[in-house]
Amino acid sequence: MSEANGKVYSLLFAGVGGQGVLLGAEVTALAAVREGYDVKQTEVHGVSQRGGSVETHVRFGTKVWSPVVTPGKADLVVGLEALEALRFAHFGDRQHGVILVNQHEIIPGSVKDAERDYPHGSAEFIRSRGYRVLAMEASRLASELGDGRMANVVMLGAVSTFLPLSHETWLDALRQRIPERFRQPNLQAFAAGREAAAR
Amino acid sequence: MKRELLLGNQAIARGAWEAGVEFAAGYPGTPSTEILETLSRYPEVHAQWSANEKVAFEEGMGAAIGGLRTLVTMKHVGLNVAADPFMVFPYAGTNGGFLVISADDPGMHSSQNEQDNRYLARMAKVPVLEPSDAQECKDFVKLALELSETFATPVMMRTTTRLAHHKSLVSLGERQQVARRSFERDPRRFSVPIYRRLLRPQVEARLERLKQLVETLPINRVEPGESRVGVVTSGIAYQYVKEVLPEAGVLRLGVTYPLPAALLQDFCGHHETVYVVEEGEAFIEEFMRSIGITNLQGKDRFGVIDEYSPGRLATALGLEAVPGPLNGDLKILPRPPMFCVGCGHRTVFSALRQLKVTVAGDIGCYTMGALYPYEASHTTFCMGASIGTAFGLERAGEERVVALIGDSTFVHAGIPSLIDAVYNGSRLTLVILDNATTGMTGGQPHPASGKSITGADAPRLDLQAMCRACGVEQVQLADTWDRKAVLGALRKALAHPGPAVVIAQGPCQQLPEMKHRDLLPFYVDEGLCTQCEACFKVWCPAIARNDRDFPEIVADQCTACTVCAQVCPTEAIYPVAQVPA
Repeated sequence: MSEANGKVYSLLFAGVGGQGVLLGAEVTALAAVREGYDVKQTEVHGVSQRGGSVETHVRFGTKVWSPVVTPGKADLVVGLEALEALRFAHFGDRQHGVILVNQHEIIPGSVKDAERDYPHGSAEFIRSRGYRVLAMEASRLASELGDGRMANVVMLGAVSTFLPLSHETWLDALRQRIPERFRQPNLQAFAAGREAAAR
Repeated sequence: MKRELLLGNQAIARGAWEAGVEFAAGYPGTPSTEILETLSRYPEVHAQWSANEKVAFEEGMGAAIGGLRTLVTMKHVGLNVAADPFMVFPYAGTNGGFLVISADDPGMHSSQNEQDNRYLARMAKVPVLEPSDAQECKDFVKLALELSETFATPVMMRTTTRLAHHKSLVSLGERQQVARRSFERDPRRFSVPIYRRLLRPQVEARLERLKQLVETLPINRVEPGESRVGVVTSGIAYQYVKEVLPEAGVLRLGVTYPLPAALLQDFCGHHETVYVVEEGEAFIEEFMRSIGITNLQGKDRFGVIDEYSPGRLATALGLEAVPGPLNGDLKILPRPPMFCVGCGHRTVFSALRQLKVTVAGDIGCYTMGALYPYEASHTTFCMGASIGTAFGLERAGEERVVALIGDSTFVHAGIPSLIDAVYNGSRLTLVILDNATTGMTGGQPHPASGKSITGADAPRLDLQAMCRACGVEQVQLADTWDRKAVLGALRKALAHPGPAVVIAQGPCQQLPEMKHRDLLPFYVDEGLCTQCEACFKVWCPAIARNDRDFPEIVADQCTACTVCAQVCPTEAIYPVAQVPA
């Protein structure tokens, strides 16, 4: 706790409904609770989950007021999909924050000419706007580990390297949140994400 | 004491359990749904989904005058449906504590309008509580039930989306045993209209006593700060105020109806400028102006549309420039929600599009049929409106009108409309999208699904028999994943000289029993595929284009609904098991 000194950490997770955007936020929140922080988190429910753009915010520190992150103030913006990273990059703190981008593209299904108009090269573009960007191959890494759907946990492994929460706490939070039959591959995905971020 | 991270809605449920609530009812609606879902897991509470909010409210009313502590939950527009009992209940007043949750949705994340239900409560002369975090969601439930019993009044708690759907830490307590009250037959109170005139002054007298109480109630809390700027706020907006104006004096109102006139006057007298920060309409602000307070700024500065946020307050106060989305060479495409992989609604919309009929839609996932690529649903208003709207359009000269409604919405508000359409000589076609659940809110059972809130078997309303009983002679059942059957049934219905019903049947793919089937995914045989693009026109999110420009089915997403295989002219799509070795 002493490390916080009144600082509130702000994270935004973004992705496409069905990618498990909420899971990363939930595990982060659980980990922060385990280390004694005050924690607030937003969730998205209802129709927006159906393949639409989904965002969820997590904030933790000694005392947190708003659960909602202000644009320009996020320590980490975690994009589970490239276009969604682009959509929410401006929430990142340009001086101290990091934008994590999963180099994975999902064409919006309910937009005319989306295949033609999809904006390729988000990570480079965000970087060119003065943000610190960590581009990840999370979906590819997750597929190599047996299931592309674990990309969210790979990204979470990378997230964990930027926050003042112990490795053991992260593993406990993952064990708390992920059912036993999926646990082992997810712990591997988490480790892969940590390793990729350290490189 | 044990502390847990809870959603605002989960905390409300926990509060109801701890406060000894024994009966809880509601109808699913974002952002209120998780309250009853959570409460249904406590065996001491009878929690249930009701056919609609009016029914839920009336059942709750009966339970409460019968002596039980009662919780009734709904989204903001649900209270419109329940407005009839909501307006009259305060006259008789309650016996056991009665709390109705109104979950308002500023920003319309999942709604057709913005609506501040504090006005409805004021109209009904019902007190309103507004918590500011999950802990208060829990605590205020208990307080509301106590107030309800002390003043014999129904009480409303207003939440907004960010409060209902944020998580924060909550201290957990134990369940309280509440002394059981009992129903007393009292015609002066509960029945004969002539006595209502005698009750009327009592409603005013109760309100006067409540006005006295709120002046000193601790949840109307002054947090001293600098004298230059003071803020009057309520609900989740309180958190944004503390974030953006940490030095300001704050009057946080936990009760927003009735409002404490003296407290507000005193607070404003001690500050040069007072900001009123409230999500929704200028409810508190209008009251403050009505009692002669002039040193305030509210909606003129912060705006009335959409939800609030710290960034919005900072911008409105000119404190800092909040960056907007990155613009430049890359275009940020929108990504609206869409039908799930394998959703049974697709075949219906593709048939409706092909038939070029006028379609009056309703409230559910199928509102998305109005969007690209189908653009085959032409009106959406409120629960059950499809049938009445279709009837009116038909009277106005539209030929071949189809009303489109989900099974849950049909039970909620469609049945009287169907009876009426038959009675008044309509020949509309009604399509009931029967996916055996309330899909958009996350899959809640309803009377036609044959399940109760806990998942246990329940008596199942027979939709075919229901429609026949309403007077519809031609009622057809079609497998919603059979394109030809759906199109054929629609054609036959439209050709019928009287009103007709097509029930397109097939469970929602999000239901656990559908998700956990062991099905073989489908596969595109590139040797047979002619790249004709027909399967892409199914608009299934599981069909992607691969590097070789062929369609490829994402195996871990495929639900084996077979629709893409039905459209393929060369039979190049088949289950993985049939892939030649």
